[in-house]
Amino acid sequence: MNTDPRQNRGLTAIDGAMTLIVVLLIVQIWLFSATLESYLAGHREAALPGAIISGILFAACAALYLFVDRIDSEVRKG
Amino acid sequence: MSWFRRPSSTPLWQDEFSVFTADERYVNRRQFTKFLTLTSLAMFAGNLWILVRSWFRRPAFYPKQAVAKLNELPVGGVKLFSYPTAADRCILVRTEAQGYVAYSQKCTHLSCAVYYSQARNRLECPCHQGFFSIVDGSVLQGPPRRPLPRVVLEQKNGLLIATRMEQEGA
Repeated sequence: MNTDPRQNRGLTAIDGAMTLIVVLLIVQIWLFSATLESYLAGHREAALPGAIISGILFAACAALYLFVDRIDSEVRKG
Repeated sequence: MSWFRRPSSTPLWQDEFSVFTADERYVNRRQFTKFLTLTSLAMFAGNLWILVRSWFRRPAFYPKQAVAKLNELPVGGVKLFSYPTAADRCILVRTEAQGYVAYSQKCTHLSCAVYYSQARNRLECPCHQGFFSIVDGSVLQGPPRRPLPRVVLEQKNGLLIATRMEQEGA
């Protein structure tokens, strides 16, 4: 059992960031399937907003990953 | 505050394969987060692919093509033909004495070939029980979410002529 409060705080932060990434990813998967369905139905107008929003979601996920990476590095190195 | 981890003298492999049990939790979480982020990148790439495909999609060319002679089919009769290319199978149904309809034969769910059920007067996909209306190709039941593309027909000189395909929303 980890009792170091600094490490515990780090784990809590990482768990929070991970949960947020999971939520963003679920939205992104839904967005991808909806855009694909729309494209296959012959509609082109959803492709650009879909790609822009997907890019924003990916940027948010990447930022959260960098956050996790940094916290992980800081906490473990003390 | 920096977004990136500080440079460290510890080799990367020591980070990834720590000898300390407590550190493993971090490694596992970090690797899982990396996996999720890569999945997010794949979704983004998919959306970009759709965008590029939609930009470069050429408008379809529909030739005028005779698909059957009038009165060639009995009422309730069916004829298969290809339109607009040889790879696009379509189904022509004579629903009444003066009524002809034609649709793409590819189910909009997973592209199985649909067939005409005269008893139920509808188009049926045998793979996953998707049913389509014979009147307008709309989905009556089952997993398909889009109607069947309809072949627009004209009658001329005793022939049924396919002039174009009508997609949903087109």
